[in-house]
This record gives sequence, C-alpha cells and structure tokens, in this order.
Amino acid sequence: MRVYQFTEQPYYPAWSDHNGSLRVNLPNARQDPKIAADLLHRYYDEWLVADEVGLDIMVNEHHATATCMSCTAIVALSVLARETKRARLLVLGYPIGLRPDPLRCAEELATIDVLSRGRLDMGFVKGVPYEFPVSNQNAVGVMERFWESHDFIIKAMTSHGEPFNWESEHFHYRHVNLWPRPYQNPHPPVWSTTGSRGNARVLGEKGYVMATLGTGFATRKLFDAYRAGYVSAGRQAPAADRFGYLGLVAVAANERAARARAEFIAGYVRTSGIVAPQFRNPPGYLSIEDNVRILRGEKRQRSGTRDGRFIDMHSASVQDLIDAAIMFCGTPDQVYAQIVDFCEYCGGMGNLVMMGHAGSLSHDDTVDNLTLFAKEVLPRLKEYKQPRAEAPAAA
Amino acid sequence: MNAAAEAPTSTVVVNGSRMELIDRGRGRPILFLHPHIGLDPSTPVLAMLAEGGRLIAPSHPGFGHSERPAGLTTVDDLAYFYLDLMDTLDLRDSLVIGVSLGAWIAAAIAVKSTARMARLVLGNPVGIKVGDRETRDILDIFAMVEGEFLEKSFADPAAGKRDYSTMTDDEVTVVARNRETAALYTWSPYMHDPKLKSRLHRIRIPTLVLWGAADRLVNETYGRAFCAALPNGTFETIAGAGHFLHIEQPKAFAARTLAFGGQMTD
Repeated sequence: MRVYQFTEQPYYPAWSDHNGSLRVNLPNARQDPKIAADLLHRYYDEWLVADEVGLDIMVNEHHATATCMSCTAIVALSVLARETKRARLLVLGYPIGLRPDPLRCAEELATIDVLSRGRLDMGFVKGVPYEFPVSNQNAVGVMERFWESHDFIIKAMTSHGEPFNWESEHFHYRHVNLWPRPYQNPHPPVWSTTGSRGNARVLGEKGYVMATLGTGFATRKLFDAYRAGYVSAGRQAPAADRFGYLGLVAVAANERAARARAEFIAGYVRTSGIVAPQFRNPPGYLSIEDNVRILRGEKRQRSGTRDGRFIDMHSASVQDLIDAAIMFCGTPDQVYAQIVDFCEYCGGMGNLVMMGHAGSLSHDDTVDNLTLFAKEVLPRLKEYKQPRAEAPAAA
Repeated sequence: MNAAAEAPTSTVVVNGSRMELIDRGRGRPILFLHPHIGLDPSTPVLAMLAEGGRLIAPSHPGFGHSERPAGLTTVDDLAYFYLDLMDTLDLRDSLVIGVSLGAWIAAAIAVKSTARMARLVLGNPVGIKVGDRETRDILDIFAMVEGEFLEKSFADPAAGKRDYSTMTDDEVTVVARNRETAALYTWSPYMHDPKLKSRLHRIRIPTLVLWGAADRLVNETYGRAFCAALPNGTFETIAGAGHFLHIEQPKAFAARTLAFGGQMTD
C-alpha cells in the first residue's frame, strides 16, 4: 500500500466568524497575509517531514475559500517537486472541468513531472459545485468538457512528432508541441475521483486509479462498478493499486491522545460543507434525477457506517467518523486494524490518501502524527497482502 | 396546476427534433416564446392570447418535453432553430411575443430576419449589455435560493411559488430540466450576448417593449436602453407586475399585446 499525506492548507483562523459561508463569498479581509505566510511555510515544512519519513504526498486546490489556501495545485507541486527527494506527488485533483486552457494544464503538469524526475501522479477532477460560479465555467455539460480536456492533455503528452491540431467542441489549438515532454512514459499515471457508479465504471474501463472521498461504507458499490468497467475492457479483476480512499488519520501512543488529535482533524469534515446555500448546487452539476430529489426535499446521503447508519458530516462525533471509516483513529495497532478492515471490506484498496493534518492541528501534533504513522503503521501496511475482489457478475 | 384549464400540447418536428407546443385558436399566427422558467400550459395568458389569433407556444429545445438537438447550446442557435420552425409551420406576418429569455430569443431571431414577422412584443427583455463592466445588469439568478428569486422577480412572490411536494414527478422533472437548460444558454456571458445590442438596429418592424414595473431582477433603465436601441420601438410599463409580467398581469399583458398586434396590416 501507498500512503499519501494530504492537507488542504487551511486558513483556520477565519473559521470562527464566517456568517454561514467559508467559501465563495467570505471576504478575504478576514485573512491576514502575514498569518497566511506563516501557515503556508509551516504546511510545506510538514510535507517535507512526510517525504523524509517515507510517506507520499497529495495536494489539491480550491478557490475563494478559507478551507484551503492552495488555490492552484501547480504552486504546491512546483515547491514540492524541487524540495522533496523521494515522495510521489499526487494532485487530486487538478480541476480540469473548471479550466479554460488544457494546453496550459498539460505544460504545467509535464514540467512538474520532469522537475520531480517522474514522481507525478496526475489526478483529474471536474471541480466542486461551488467553484463553478467562481470560475464562471458552465456546470452544464461539464463531463463532456472534462473528457475532451483529458483527451487533449493525454494526446499532448504522448505526441512526439510533428505538432498536432485540435479543433473540437470545447477547445481549439494549432501547433501543439509540448516542451518539456513528461518524464514518465507514456505519461504520469492518471487518477480521478467520483461519487457516482456511472463514472466509476468509465474510470474502470480506462483502467485509471479511482479514489473516493467521504464514502465510508458506501465505497464498495463504487469499487464494484469500477471493477465491472475494468473487466469489460478484457482484463482480469483490478489489483488494489487501482483504488484510493481519502481517510482522516489521528494516531498517537495512546487512545486518549489520538482522540484529542482527532477532534482537531475532524475540523475538516465539519467545515468543508459550510457554504452559502445559493452556491451549493449550480445547474447542470447534478443530474436531473438528483435535482428532482432535491426539489422534493429529499436529502442526499453519502456517508454510511457498516451497519447502514448515515453520518451527517457537520455534526458527526469522532466515534461516528470512525464507525463510518471516514477517520482511522487510535493507537498504531488500532489504526492498522481499522485500515485493514476497510481494505478487506473494499475487496482491496491500495492507496490511502491520509489526511494527517487538518483544521487547527498544531505543528508538533502534525509532525508526531505523521512520524508515528510512518514508523508504526506504514511498514505493516506495506507488508499487508491486499485482497483482490472479482468483478460482481451483475454490476 | 389546474389540469382542466391546461391547453392540449401537440408536437412538431423541426430539423429532426421533436418540439412540444401549444397550438390553439385560429387566424393570424402569434408565436409566444417563454422565459427561462419554462411554459406552464395552464397559465391564463395563453388562452387570452389565443383569442387574438392562432397561438403557437413552443417549449424551447431542452425545456419542457422538447428535445434539444446536439450542438444547440446558445441563444443564437435557438434563433436559427426558430427561423426553421417558422418555415416548417409556414408562419406569415406573425406577431412574435417573448418574455425575458423569450424576448432575447425573439430579438435574436429578428436581427437575422423579420421576413415572417409583422410585429414584435418584448416583455422585460434580457440579452444585451447596458452597464459598465463591473455592473451586473441582471441579478445572478443562479446565485439565489428560490425564495430570493421569487422576491426579486415577482411583484407578489406568492404568484410564482410552487409546491414541489404536490406536483407530479413529470412536472418536477420539467422544473429541473428547465433550470439546467436555462443555464446552458445563459450562464456565460451571463444573460446576454455581447453582440446583440449592436445588431438591434436591424429590427425595423414595430416593436413594443412592455416592462413589468416591479421587476427587481433587472431595472427599468435597462428596459429603456433596450428599447432605445430599436429603430421602431415603443416602451410601456405594466403596474403590479415584476419580471414575469405575463404571469402576474395576464389581462393587461394580453390586451396591450393584442392591441399592438391589431395594428398589423393584413
């Protein structure tokens, strides 16, 4: 198993006074650039610790939000490509559904891959709903634009002869010729995320790494949809390395200390959804069927415990989060057992995206969390033999 | 929704796409182009308009139950589509009426060709840029919860309220579909075509701009600027109506529209 250390680089000092929205319309007067600078440097220091102790690294980006100061993943990747020595660098994701210029995306990512000497994992996502109003991209038809952007980036990274031409529905280029070309051949591994079975199947058909976030014990059906797509392309069942999962991790020498740490880390799930209601559901982002359910006042439930109890992320206790496999928390033995239990449930899950820092967890706690995990849990996870579930016959 | 008062809908195929439309009454053609909230077949103004001629009220491609041809993604595309629809139905000397997005579509048709039109009525039209680059002429309807939208767009917000719990699945599906299709056409540039204003001089037929005076989505200055760009435009207001004046003041809207249309030469 690989474990990627992830933080959203939060500006948590603004979390206490937000008038119901941490995203889109929270005035940036609530941020002190000097505090932001201190926090950013601290977060990079912690990623360097992750590199030193044997963890891989994940970065992401969000826009117009106090939850995540990484507003362009390329900045984080650039810093880390140069400053880290060995960690793989996963961007999950690069929101190409929000991007008007996939040529620029391809150039940036190829350069990062070269600079890091082939350590880039390239995760493409469509972007979260509330960032369509920010980017002004239309959420209607976003998946078509996403796939055209993806197709273009892969074509640009794998074309090494004459410059090529691209004239299609969404993007138009002449003389496409990527310099530098990617370090990895034919291109950095592609990842994506999804919460829908339809998209999971498509990712399976393509054989890309699929990660899910916040899906708890509703994950297996997504993985099975992926498996069905994967074998439909004439392959054997996918190995565990095709699957990723984002889990919050709080580990400490004793359970009490781990739970205390977990309360800070849970700040991520408790704040992530704080956004003014008018920005939560731009037209076209969700399907017509989902919107019918929303108009009828039916709630969308994603995160479940093993026994089918749904968890409200805003109000979930640490125990709820552990029960729903949103968080792995406890002593190294407990955390190892929880992760293995989840992998068994998934039928194999070979990439843990570990949120080992979130919210207002302190620097010392973060370093201890990462170091202890790397020392006591990671070696055992590397030894652990993953199951390899077959594709379900009827999925 | 009162099913008994609903006009029966029929279909017409335009360029291979199936369109849902209301076709009632007899006489001169009256083409009604609905706003972005769609067409409620039971809305009283339809029967009133049908007293003045043959009313044809389609659901735009992607709205209601109308198909949307692949690649039809802009108001400009819609305008060409409606020119084809008017050819298909062989409409002549039509009175063309549009409200809000429908008025934008009507204007986008008319700058291309008025060959099948005699007169044009634009109710609270959108579609042009009036203010400076940092002024949003039209409030962002996609950044409002429904309560705020109703408050801004109706003189009496109760007039636009819908109870989704009592509507059929099909009716709620149409609401969701209308919202998505509206965003397809109007998301960016938001609610306008930067080219349209400079083309409005091509609309030489008599045009009535009717303005629901209580509109708080877009103000009267905008409506007057729209009218001023038309060579043969007349501006009138209707009291007690907001952005959707055909819903809030159907009698006044139909009477003023038909009176204006009645000056058509046969």
